Amino acid sequence: MPHLTGPAGSDAKLPGSDHGADRSAAGFDPEHDLLDGAAHGERRSGLEIEFRNVTKRYPGQDQPAITDLSLTIPAGTICCLVGPSGGGKTTAMKLVNRLIEFSDGDILIGGRSVRSVDVTTLRRDIGYVIQQVGLFPHMTIAGNIGVVPTLLGWSKERIRDRVAELLDLVRLDRSLAKRYPAQLSGGQQQRIGLARALAVDPPVMLMDEPFGALDPITRAAVQDEFLRLQEQINKTVIFVTHDIDEAIRMGDSIAVLREGGVLAQFGTADDLLANPADDYVADFVGADRGLKRLSLRRLGELVNGRAIPAGAPTLTADTSFRIGLSVLFATNAPVLGITDDAGAPLCSVTLEELRSAVAAEPGS
Amino acid sequence: MGPLAALPFSLAPFPTEVPGPAQGPVIPDFGGGGCPDDATFCWSWVRENWGSQLVPHLVQHIYITAIAVVIGLVISLAAAVLAYRLSWFEKGFMAFSTVLYTIPALAFFLFFVPITGLSLLTVEIGLVGYTFLLLFRNTLTGLRSVPPGAMAAAAGMGMTPREIFLRINLPLAVPSIMAGARVATVTVISLATIAADVTPLGLGELIFTALHTVFRTELIAAGALAILLALVADALLVLAQRAATPWIRVRRGRTT
Repeated sequence: MPHLTGPAGSDAKLPGSDHGADRSAAGFDPEHDLLDGAAHGERRSGLEIEFRNVTKRYPGQDQPAITDLSLTIPAGTICCLVGPSGGGKTTAMKLVNRLIEFSDGDILIGGRSVRSVDVTTLRRDIGYVIQQVGLFPHMTIAGNIGVVPTLLGWSKERIRDRVAELLDLVRLDRSLAKRYPAQLSGGQQQRIGLARALAVDPPVMLMDEPFGALDPITRAAVQDEFLRLQEQINKTVIFVTHDIDEAIRMGDSIAVLREGGVLAQFGTADDLLANPADDYVADFVGADRGLKRLSLRRLGELVNGRAIPAGAPTLTADTSFRIGLSVLFATNAPVLGITDDAGAPLCSVTLEELRSAVAAEPGS
Repeated sequence: MGPLAALPFSLAPFPTEVPGPAQGPVIPDFGGGGCPDDATFCWSWVRENWGSQLVPHLVQHIYITAIAVVIGLVISLAAAVLAYRLSWFEKGFMAFSTVLYTIPALAFFLFFVPITGLSLLTVEIGLVGYTFLLLFRNTLTGLRSVPPGAMAAAAGMGMTPREIFLRINLPLAVPSIMAGARVATVTVISLATIAADVTPLGLGELIFTALHTVFRTELIAAGALAILLALVADALLVLAQRAATPWIRVRRGRTT
């Protein structure tokens, strides 16, 4: 297996993350690292992504598509890019794997400029998931998942093992490996798309409205599943969506872009909902941002020693404030009981206590 | 004889003499079997001439067809690959192949006779010319039939343009190429009968011979064999396509 990067050798590859100091010293070598990782059951976690004053201008257009974009996405977190159509969110994402080349500034992955890496190597080492999924209809599921490993020259046995492992990871039956994409449902196809993007265990994932084409129920299930998966794999994810609710649900951080690819606000979902930077962001997150914000808070935050009165409606501690309020209003009960996951009573709260908890800053 | 000599079977001219009236009252003999000359179809003639006439001409016909389709396919594939990248070439080759397709077959064959003679080469030039339009257009359509999402995903995953072409475009074009090959093959089998006017090869030769007589059996037998050959060739190509494109049938299987 020749080196993937030509004469520059491992120097041209992405460095390791802070999580593996020995790796960053040795330089990131997809072939060697992955062989070792597979052998020792190690996994590559995410690398920090930094946009540094990035501008994209198209010839013949007055306004840049991306204007002086600076933001840092910490390693192992999900950053949702949101904004209106034409706001440049997909463009910003495609700058990372150089499907679109930026005009000014720089993008660094784990401290190394994406321009210092051979573009083919870069793309093979960045997971890429799109709304249309884009499975190859003439390849089996195993063939689809194994595309990049095949290009990298992995052995047949190693690819077969990795395919089985990934099918387990996305909770699909291993027998699907021999099927063709047309035989799978939309949700299953999207999971295969995810498995394919994870095939070489890339430190960074780019996801372009990945769940946009799914029906609401499948979508919610796949979203949850991806969050559960992310706890295991700790990738750094750029997640493009036009749906603010999806962004609130999925994003550790959210970057709101406006026309011309100008960053309107970058922060956590709670930052955006509690303190929108301007009318544009306030508009974008919606007039019901107060309620949306309640979705982020869990009843488990509210701890007091009061017992649950008989007949009070009860909810588990990981239920959101929003649902809690909804239940209080719907049942017209004065008090809401909170239980743990198993149903054991914890405490009870009143509407007034909920309201004062909302008024207080989260976490305080 | 040039290219004729390359054929691995005897090309002895088939006797076409019809006995003249000078020989007195004679029952014309059209090749044995003891058939009356006004019979619509006479099985005993077929039995008598099966091994000596029908089979050799059928084999010739298969060779003529195979040569034309294979050469046509190779040239059309190369042209389509070029046209996939160069739009000016697409327009040019499309115009060229369309013009070829519109030329009446007999005129096409005879046009080349002064250049390449009454030879197999002349016949093949004509037949190959007729395959271009079908094969070129179908191949190009096939190469472009990749779902846009698959193209976007392939580029995003770090496949080079060459890898995308070889691993995605080309295999996905196979159903369309095979569809073109089926029509082209059937067309060539049919046109090759006319080619016997240029050089005495294939089932067409039997047909041309029979046209000059009142005896129908030979005409019908050769024509029927040509039709049968077209049907069998088409069926074989369908089987080949199914074997080469296993993903097509599962898609159908799911919708029904």
